[in-house]
Amino acid sequence: MKRVVITGAGTINALGHNMADTLEAMREGRCGISDLEFQDVDRLAIKIGGQIKGFEAEGHFNRQQMTLYDRFTQFTLIAAKEAMEQSGLEFVGDDAARSGVVLGTAGGGVSTWDANYRTVYEEGKNRVHPFVVPKLMNNAACSHVSMEYNLKGPSYTVSTACASSNHAMAQAFMMVRSGMAPAMLTGGSESMLCFGGVKAWEGLRVMSKDACRPFSANRNGMVQGEGAGVFVFEEYEHAKKRGAVMLAEVVGYAMSSDASDIVMPSKQGAARAISGALRDGGINPSDVGYINAHGTGTAANDKTECAAVADVFGRHADKLMMSSTKSMHGHLIGGTGAVELLACIMALRDGVIAPTIGYEEFDPECALDVVPNEAREVQVEYALSNAFAFGGLNAVIALKKI
Amino acid sequence: MNIKDRIIEIIAEQAVLEPNDVTMDSTLESLGIDSLGLVESIFAIEEAFDITVPFNANEPEQSEFDISSVASIVAGIEKLVAEQNA
Repeated sequence: MKRVVITGAGTINALGHNMADTLEAMREGRCGISDLEFQDVDRLAIKIGGQIKGFEAEGHFNRQQMTLYDRFTQFTLIAAKEAMEQSGLEFVGDDAARSGVVLGTAGGGVSTWDANYRTVYEEGKNRVHPFVVPKLMNNAACSHVSMEYNLKGPSYTVSTACASSNHAMAQAFMMVRSGMAPAMLTGGSESMLCFGGVKAWEGLRVMSKDACRPFSANRNGMVQGEGAGVFVFEEYEHAKKRGAVMLAEVVGYAMSSDASDIVMPSKQGAARAISGALRDGGINPSDVGYINAHGTGTAANDKTECAAVADVFGRHADKLMMSSTKSMHGHLIGGTGAVELLACIMALRDGVIAPTIGYEEFDPECALDVVPNEAREVQVEYALSNAFAFGGLNAVIALKKI
Repeated sequence: MNIKDRIIEIIAEQAVLEPNDVTMDSTLESLGIDSLGLVESIFAIEEAFDITVPFNANEPEQSEFDISSVASIVAGIEKLVAEQNA
């Protein structure tokens, strides 16, 4: 089996338009959640989100590209560009033929669906732009990344709701570890912050109107976010030979299915994914210093996740740190695991643990060290990133300091 | 049909029971309605009376809307409908 390292990372999200700005915001415990701005927001009950502000697609993309790039594709390409520049990798010859892209998204081109339904239903028009389908399809972002960077190997999009990015990164990891691909671009993207996207979520009555406060006794729901995270997963010797900077090592993963309920999380399913990732990476549970929690800020997720961690780690659960950065960037749904992996990289590389902000009241059902409100400087050897999706589909990734 | 009977009809349909089986002191739990069934019932009630019910599944006990029994739900809806007509 090959070793797998991360040699490039890129992002755009409510905390920053690149990795450096995002990590700085996480270190400072800054909140990227603000008032939503888009058409018909006044008809929503939920009016806040981790919306990316100050971003204009013009300037990044030309007119031809704009007709084909939904917002989720734009985010992906911006994150991929940063990751590729950081890695210094160029895909040619055999490397290009064997390397690919695996990305996660839950909704794909939601705002393209939204805008074009508006055209035909609300405005009563009988014609839409000819590129609606290639623009909204869930694999559009993946395909454009493959074209941009000459990636001709296995490429596809994974859609497992809130675990999409983690499932995608697990797949990419497997491909590099097995020797199938010398490198893979992976991560995920989401852009559901439009009238229809938020209206659908409102219906479930699990959204907060004021803030995302994971693990806090007075938490009252999740807050949606948007953006992308893209990484270069590269085979260790391949990276070493070209003198690449390594951000962290990917050492294990596990996926599990609750097989129980379409929305309620299961402690057993989560625990099996966490313990599976430890086993896969040959990690001693007591060596895990940090977990980036799924931590949605809903009543159900946070207590179930804490119980699962307590079950897997036993007494060590009281020593490790577990924070939810969703309190800052919101829940990026299918892109969330990718942006959250950045917090794991920061923990391992910089020795800085991102906080859970908005934490106000202790909850006995979430009695772990959730790094409340302020980042902490601690060196850690291993970090996990949890993702537990609606539909009971779970994926956990394990990283190691390098 | 009055508000009470209409609500009982909606709850009975959700629970796959006859309206006669739903009493004012029934709880949603005793009728076998889970969290998804609750959210669906509230949606159906909102549609039936054209009102907005303030209910957040994360903090049922803190919502202004009391779902502890059929009677409390009926009382809550009667109040919301009265406010709507006021």
